[in-house]
Amino acid sequence: MAKVKGAIVVDTETCKGCEVCIPVCEEKVISMSTEVNRKGYHYAYMSNPDVCTGCTNCAIVCPDRAITVYRIKI
Amino acid sequence: MEVIDIIKPENQVFSKTCLMTDATLSYCPGCGHGTAHNLVMEVIDELGIVEDTIGVAPVGCSVLAYDFMNVDITQAAHGRAPALATAISRTWPNKYIFTYQGDGDLAAIGTAETIHACNRGENIVIIFVNNGIYGMTGGQMAPTTLPGMRTSTSPHGREIETMGSPLKITELIANLPGTYYVTRQSVHTHKHVRKAKKAIKNAFNNTRLKKGLSFIEIVSNCNSGWKMNPNESNNWMEENMFPYFPLGDIKVKGKLKQKS
Repeated sequence: MAKVKGAIVVDTETCKGCEVCIPVCEEKVISMSTEVNRKGYHYAYMSNPDVCTGCTNCAIVCPDRAITVYRIKI
Repeated sequence: MEVIDIIKPENQVFSKTCLMTDATLSYCPGCGHGTAHNLVMEVIDELGIVEDTIGVAPVGCSVLAYDFMNVDITQAAHGRAPALATAISRTWPNKYIFTYQGDGDLAAIGTAETIHACNRGENIVIIFVNNGIYGMTGGQMAPTTLPGMRTSTSPHGREIETMGSPLKITELIANLPGTYYVTRQSVHTHKHVRKAKKAIKNAFNNTRLKKGLSFIEIVSNCNSGWKMNPNESNNWMEENMFPYFPLGDIKVKGKLKQKS
């Protein structure tokens, strides 16, 4: 089976901490940070980077498009 | 392999479209408006029609759409976006005209303009974001508010006897001869986002082929107005909004879809 590995980069200043990206991630990669950004929102971050497949589900439901997705075949 | 090895420009598979400006969206966290804005802009980008696209912004939460969408865009008086879009499309028949409206704009004050523009079959795209409440003004009851739903002007829930039933404007306009493509979508999960994007692309293609009016309703959440967190409001929407506003195509290629 061809394996893919992905990674996401969250723009922490754009993220409003709505958590919509968390239930759509089937690999449970994303968690909310305990720190806050300049606006006071807890931002999303990649808490479990090993299992990310770069499926872009989180990025396409993000209303503020704070997530950029990268993917590589290995 | 380390994350740092994956994060390289050549491996990038998704990022924000260049047709959205860098301005921070004025919407509440988790609001479907942001996703809907981005989908429209992504479709315009993918079809390569940005030079020929003119948008019409409404009054409501999305009144500042002209600050966020990096296309030629104007703004209409409350509810009059389809009338303005008619004028633009008749002046420039080869341009792609779209309106982006909420339920207070399209289904309340602008009902007349909406119905007549649809009846005339203008060659425009109407994007209608329905969240069942007046979001910007503080969560008052809208024509699309569900029976029993609490809002600031119906604190005991909407009563059908005194306040009437929710207006299914999309079914209403699907019955008019002028409309070519009428559909109802949602943007709260990845599956629905992909379907909604396909529908929006279809609508702009209809404009290109001069087929007539395409109408896309997007059932959305209003977590501030509904007084829930974004994920709760999405679940509430699935349980309560979708039975009343079922998703799917209502009219395709000018023909009403038969309910099975």
